[in-house]
Amino acid sequence: MIEALPLWLLVAIKSLVLLIIVITLFAYTMLAERKVLAYMQLRVGPNKVGPWGLLQPAADALKMIFKEDLTPSSADPLIYRLAPFIAVFTALLAYAVIPFSQGEHGPWSIANVNAGILFVFAITSMGVYGISLAGWASGSKYPLLGSVRATAQMISYELAMTMSVIGVILQASTTSLSGIVEAQSRMWFIVPQFLGFLIYIITAVAETNRVPFDLVEAESELVAGFHTEYSGLRFGLFFIAEYINMITVSCLATLLFLGGWSGPGSSGHPLLGLLYFVIKVFAFLFFYIWLRGTLPRLRYDRLMAFGWKVLLPLATLNLLVTAIVVALWY
Amino acid sequence: MNIIAIFKGLATTFGYMFRRKATIDYPFVKRAHASRFHGLHELRRYEDGMERCIGCELCQIACPANAITVIGAENTPEDRHSPGERYAFRYEIDELRCIFCGMCEEACPTDAITLTPRFEMANYTRNSLIYDKSKLLVPAEYGVGEAPHERPGGLPADLGEVARIKSTMEPERGYLATWRGIDILTSEGKTYMPTPAGGELVREPEKLKGGE
Repeated sequence: MIEALPLWLLVAIKSLVLLIIVITLFAYTMLAERKVLAYMQLRVGPNKVGPWGLLQPAADALKMIFKEDLTPSSADPLIYRLAPFIAVFTALLAYAVIPFSQGEHGPWSIANVNAGILFVFAITSMGVYGISLAGWASGSKYPLLGSVRATAQMISYELAMTMSVIGVILQASTTSLSGIVEAQSRMWFIVPQFLGFLIYIITAVAETNRVPFDLVEAESELVAGFHTEYSGLRFGLFFIAEYINMITVSCLATLLFLGGWSGPGSSGHPLLGLLYFVIKVFAFLFFYIWLRGTLPRLRYDRLMAFGWKVLLPLATLNLLVTAIVVALWY
Repeated sequence: MNIIAIFKGLATTFGYMFRRKATIDYPFVKRAHASRFHGLHELRRYEDGMERCIGCELCQIACPANAITVIGAENTPEDRHSPGERYAFRYEIDELRCIFCGMCEEACPTDAITLTPRFEMANYTRNSLIYDKSKLLVPAEYGVGEAPHERPGGLPADLGEVARIKSTMEPERGYLATWRGIDILTSEGKTYMPTPAGGELVREPEKLKGGE
């Protein structure tokens, strides 16, 4: 029955379903973050809207929608209004190629691209445009500082991140995301690529501008960083973009290092595979929240020094060793 | 960067997730007061229904915040309010000025003005927080009022006009919250008592006295 549908309709339906799932996931990641942070600080977190605060995201969304959408008079109106959409668009676009499980006719994804990992990295690096344009177009100093930091930080950490992932690509000898997962059928890449995994995790936190690398927002220094001037739904869009990026890098970490949907008894059972995938992604998301509940923000010069003097050399070393091993023994 | 310190920190925050939370679910669960908590004022009566206040204005003089205004008047045989010569013709307390120090209570020669343990008096206008005799004086049907030393750890026998206004909320939640005692009603209908050691003691709520 599914084969009878025209391709564009199939893709549209898949995209819509995935969009709804991702947005819901965003909402509940946010709630989970508030809850877990609260529990780590001996509070109970949101608990008034619905049982255990489960309807809190709906209340937040309503609040966002009905807030006034301000544009500062010194802002560049077109780019100021466009920036949040760039942020969300690039954040969502990565889900076009991310596979979630292995079905009979191929991986469960909107498009099974043979250069999936390259596509994801190309798209996610565009995400910095949303942030830097937002800061620049706000026409005010704190957003500008925030966006300058964002640009510098994301470019420096993206190098190390890509380097760490090239190790995985070399070992799997494919750039297709489902191919990388299949290459992990014997052993998850977290074992041979442990250094790469560590580097990926650290840089992923920096890429998504999360604590302890949230220099971009840095409440105590920059008011709210690049989105200081934003309010209402446009602020909400940045919020969505940040959390969706967080979910994206968690999905990637799962696919690249933790064997994606593979797990005991998952071959031939796509739903079980999906469950494994979701559990692994949630573990990463929890780790992000956990980090936020624990670590203070890095100083800016240390952030840059750590990125260029520690992570990048380590990633290069990892890449070299992987290349030599793959060339000699595979 | 000290990696071990980071892992110690992560372990600490993870452990804290499973500790008992410090939050008190306020409107549903209420924190106990100290046994001599200073809350809203109340003007008491004698057993025969006479007002205790004799309009001497000592509370007004004692008040460090100038929150009290008393205008006394002579009692007449036809219109007798208090056993003495004079009574409070007007008695007003600006609860927004009041600092709840309890000096009016100490100054009062007839134990007329007392501070009850009630504290939830938020309102929308400043005027509504200037409490006059109609709000302060214990209505006759609610008894005579109790001085703080007469109500150790329990609900006052009367509830007064102030409390009656508050009784628009659910009484078994509202009144218990303003006990002089140490108990808190939880949403499960049990009372929860924080002890100095940080432990907790749960017991059934006591039967409420007075009020609707």
